[in-house]
Amino acid sequence: MMPESMVTASYIAASALFILALGGLSRPETARRGVACGIAGMALALVATTLGERVGDYALLAAAMVPAVIVGAVVAARVRMTAMPQLVAILHSFVGLAAVLVAVAGHVEPHAAHAGSGEVVHRVEVFLGACIGSITFTGSIVAFLKLQGLVSGKPLILPARHAANAAVLLVTVVLGVRYGMATGEAGMAELLIATAITGVLGMHLVAAIGGADMPVVVSMLNSYSGWAASAAGFMLENDLLIVTGALVGSSGAILSYIMCRGMNRSFISVILGGFGTEGGAVPSGQTPAGEVTPIDAPGAVSLLRSARSVVIVPGYGMAVAQAQHALAECVRVLEDAGVRVRFAIHPVAGRLPGHMNVLLAEAGVPYDVVLEMEEINPDFPETDVVLVIGANDIVNPAAQDDPGSPIAGMPVLEVWKARTVIVMKRGMATGYAGVDNPLFYRENTRMLFGDAKKVVEALLAGLRP
Amino acid sequence: MSSGGACRQRWPVETRGGGHSILRPPGPERAVRSEKRTVHVGIPREVHRGERRVAATPQAVLRYVKAGFGVLVERGAGEAAGCSDAAYVEAGAEIVDDARELWQRSDLVAKVRGPEEHPALGVHEADLIREGGRLVCFIWPGQNRDLLGRLAARRATVLAMDCVPRITRAQKMDALSAMANVAGYRAVVEAAHHLPRFFAGQMTAAGRVEPAKVLVIGAGVAGLSAIGTARSLGAIVRAFDTRAATRDQVRSMGAEFLELHVEEEGEGGGGYGKEMSKAYVEAEMALFAAQAMEVDAIVTTALIPGKRAPVLVTAGMVESMRPGSVVVDLAAEQGGNCALTRPDEVVKHKGVTIVGFTDLPSRMASQSSQLYATTVLHLVEALGADLEPDLGDEVVRGALVAHKGEITWPPPRPEVEPVVATGRERSEPARHAPAAAATSKKPRSLQKAFWLGLAGVLLLLIGLTAPPALLSHLTVFVLACFVGWLVVWNVTPALHTPLMSITNAISGIIVIGGMLHLTGHDRGLPAALGMVAVLVATVNVAGGFLVTRRMLAMFRRHAPAGGSHP
Repeated sequence: MMPESMVTASYIAASALFILALGGLSRPETARRGVACGIAGMALALVATTLGERVGDYALLAAAMVPAVIVGAVVAARVRMTAMPQLVAILHSFVGLAAVLVAVAGHVEPHAAHAGSGEVVHRVEVFLGACIGSITFTGSIVAFLKLQGLVSGKPLILPARHAANAAVLLVTVVLGVRYGMATGEAGMAELLIATAITGVLGMHLVAAIGGADMPVVVSMLNSYSGWAASAAGFMLENDLLIVTGALVGSSGAILSYIMCRGMNRSFISVILGGFGTEGGAVPSGQTPAGEVTPIDAPGAVSLLRSARSVVIVPGYGMAVAQAQHALAECVRVLEDAGVRVRFAIHPVAGRLPGHMNVLLAEAGVPYDVVLEMEEINPDFPETDVVLVIGANDIVNPAAQDDPGSPIAGMPVLEVWKARTVIVMKRGMATGYAGVDNPLFYRENTRMLFGDAKKVVEALLAGLRP
Repeated sequence: MSSGGACRQRWPVETRGGGHSILRPPGPERAVRSEKRTVHVGIPREVHRGERRVAATPQAVLRYVKAGFGVLVERGAGEAAGCSDAAYVEAGAEIVDDARELWQRSDLVAKVRGPEEHPALGVHEADLIREGGRLVCFIWPGQNRDLLGRLAARRATVLAMDCVPRITRAQKMDALSAMANVAGYRAVVEAAHHLPRFFAGQMTAAGRVEPAKVLVIGAGVAGLSAIGTARSLGAIVRAFDTRAATRDQVRSMGAEFLELHVEEEGEGGGGYGKEMSKAYVEAEMALFAAQAMEVDAIVTTALIPGKRAPVLVTAGMVESMRPGSVVVDLAAEQGGNCALTRPDEVVKHKGVTIVGFTDLPSRMASQSSQLYATTVLHLVEALGADLEPDLGDEVVRGALVAHKGEITWPPPRPEVEPVVATGRERSEPARHAPAAAATSKKPRSLQKAFWLGLAGVLLLLIGLTAPPALLSHLTVFVLACFVGWLVVWNVTPALHTPLMSITNAISGIIVIGGMLHLTGHDRGLPAALGMVAVLVATVNVAGGFLVTRRMLAMFRRHAPAGGSHP
C-alpha cells in the first residue's frame, strides 16, 4: 500500500507529464516525445491510484481493465485513417459515459472524503458531473453516427429548437436546485431525470449541426469530455482529475475556436447549428452563369506534365474516396519530373481538425510540402496548375465576391488566381454549405468528373513514364 | 530624386529611407571644391603573380570622369585584361609611370588583390598608400589580420569588396558573386578543355555519342553558373548541396538535384550547413562515390566560411573515375574539395585530370575586370563625391574594414537579418501566436469589461460562500485552464488531429474516478458502476494513446538537408 502522500506526489508528476505531452504535440519534431510523456503520466497515475489506500478490489479492477486495454489496442491498430473522426467521436462518448457513471456512483456512495467541502457543494459537483458527462456521451454518439454515415449528415432542424433547448436547460437547473437541497440518499430521481434530459439535449445539439461543421463539433465534444473529467475531480476531491480535465477542456475549446475562425463564424452560431439550410436551397447570391469546361484524364496529365508548380487542394471527397495513396504517388512522380508540388490545407477541410494532414501523412507525403491557407494563398498567382480534389466550399470565390452568399466572409483558398484549376468532382452537386460554386464556371477552370480515386489512378497511370 | 534644383544631374542618386540621398553631391559645393583640386581615383597595376585583372576598365573610367573624378592609371595596368593605355587616355584617364606617384596622388586607390609586397619597388603596397588615404579591393579581413592592422596604422580608410553585405540593395556591388559566376563558367570550360570527349550527345554517321555527365557539388553562385554552362554545352548535369533550399534553384538551371536518402535524425533544427551528422556525411560520401564512377567531370565548389574546404572527393573516388575524366576544384585556394588537388596546378592521377587553378576569374581577365570594375564603381558612387564613408549606410558600413586608424571589422550586426536558407522548415507557431493575440485583443472593451466584471462577481461570491477545500481545488482548476490555453495555442494546425486524439486519451484519466469506487469494501452498486466506468475509460486511454502514436509515426518530412522521398 502506498501512503496517500506518495499518491499525491505521483499525481503532481503525472500532471506535469500531461502538460509536457500537450506541449510536445505542438511541433512534429517533438510530438512523439509528447505522446511518450502522456503515456508515462497516465501509467504513473494509474499505478499510484491502484497502489493507493482507496482502491482495494483488484479482481474487479483487472476484470475491467484487461479486456478494455485489449479492445482499445485492437481498435487503435485496426482503424483506418479515414475513419479517425468517428473513432475520436466514439472515444469521447466513452469519457462521457464514464463521467456519468462516476457521478452516479458518487451519489450512491456517501464516502467521507468530501467532508471538508460540505454536503451541498458535493451534490452540486455530482450533478454537474452527471449532466456534462451525459451531454458528452449522447452528443458524441450522434456525432459518431453522422460521421460513420449511419444517420444523415444534414442538420436536423426541429421547429422552435432554441426554445426547446432553453426549456431543457431550465428544467435541468430546477432539478439541480432540488437535488442540491436534498440530503442523504434522497434525490436519486432528480439526478437520473436530469441526466436523461441533458442526454436528449446533447443529441439534439449535435443533430442540429451540419456535416461541414463537424470539426468544430468534435473538438467541442473533446472540450466537454475534459470538463466532465474536471467535474468528477471536484466531486472526488482529486486534483489530478481537475487539472487533466481542465487541460483537455481548454485545449478543446481553443481548437473549436480556431476552427470557427477558419470559417469566419462565431462559436455560438456554429453550436446553435442549422448552417447550410437557410440559404442552401435557394442560393441567395447571383447564380453563376456560364458553362463548365470538362477535361479528361489525359488532358489533365498533359497540363500537369507541362507545369512547373502544382498545388493540390484536398477536401473531404479525397478522404471518402480513399484517394490519398494514389495521389501521393502522383506527387512523387511529378516531383521526380522536376515539378514543384505542394498541398494547400484549409483549416476546416475534412471532418476533424487537421484531418487532411493525417491522411496525407499516412500516404507518406512529407509534412513540409503541406502548407496552410495563409502560407499558400499568396503563391497561387505563380502557380501553373491547381488540383482540387473533393473540395468545394473552401475554394469558393463567392465567399469573397458575393456578399449575399451564405459563406460570405469565410476565408477560402484563392485557387482561381492560378493559371489553370482542375476540379475533380463526382458531379455538379453543391458542397455541405449547399452553395453553388462560381469557380466551376470560370474560364481557367477544368472539370474532371468521376470518382476521385479512379480519376487519380488514371492520372497516375498517365503520369508514370 | 531631385537634388539641389538647377545643378547638373549627372549623379546616379539613390534614395534611401525618408528620401535622403546617400550621395551628397550638391552641385555648387562640388564645383567650389573642383576649383581647388580634383578628387583622384587611382588604378595601379596588379602586382600579384599571374593576376591579369584590373580594377577599372576604360568604360568604368569614363563613368568616373563623368561623375567628376580624376582618374590616374598606372602604365600597363590593363594590359593583361586587354585594356590599352591609349584606351584609358581616350576615356579621360591620366597615365602615371611610377606606382609610388600614383599611390601618393590618389585620394582613393581601387585594386583587385589586397596590398602585398611590391616586387619592383621592394616595398609593401600598404606603405605606399597615402597617410589617411582610401583603398577599395579584396581584403579578406578574417584571413588577413596583419594586413588590416598595417592599413589601420596608415590611418587608411579601407573598403573590402568581399565584405559588402549580401543584401538586395548591394547586389550591384557584389563582387564575390560576379567573380563566382565567372569562376563557375570557367570551371566547366576547363573541364571541357581537359575532357577528351564531347559534352553534348550526338547522333552522327560515324556513330552515336553519349552526352557527358557532370556532377556539380555545391550550388552557390559558382555552382549554379557551372550547372548552367555545362547544361548549355549539352551535358547531363547533376548537382548536390547540403542546403535543401537550393533544390529548386538547381532544378531551375536544368540539373537533376541529387537526393540523400537519409532518415531524419532526432530533431531537425533547420538542417542547414553547420551540423551534419556522421550518418549524413557517410551517406553524402557514399553518394559521391557512386556518382564518381558514373560521371565524366566533377566540379566542386563547396566552401565553409572561415574554414578549410571539406574534402568531398577522396583519392579512392578519383581512382574509380573513368580514365580521361576531369575534376575541377574551385575550392583549391582553401585547401581543395578533392584530396589530390594541388593549388594552381593541373595534376594527372591514374588518367584523371585534377584542375586546381585558383585564378579562374583572372583567366578571363577582360570579362572579370569589366564586372569587377562595375561593382567597384558602384561602391565608390555610394561613397559620394567627397569619398567620405557614411557610417549610417548599411552597405558602406559593412564594407568598411578600417577607418581613421581603427579596425572597423567586423561591422555591428545589421538590423536586417539576411535571409538564411533554412530549408523548408516551417515556423507557424511563431506566426500563429501573434495572430491569435491580435484577434483576442480586438477592441471590444465593453464586452470585455462585462466579462471581467462577471468573473469578479463570481469570484466574490465564491470567496464569500465556498468552503476552503473547494477554493484550493478551484485554484488548481483555473491555473490548469490557463496552462492548457497557453500550451495549446502553439500547436501547428497539421497536428490538430493527433492533439485531439491525445487529449482524448488523457481525458480518460476519469478512469481514476471509477477506480476510486472499487474500494473492496463491498461489491454493491457503486462498485459495479465504477467497474463499468473503468472499463469504458480504459478503452479510451489505450485506444487514444495507441492511435496517436500510430498517427504520429506517419508524420515525416523531407530529410533535413538532402531532401528525400523514398
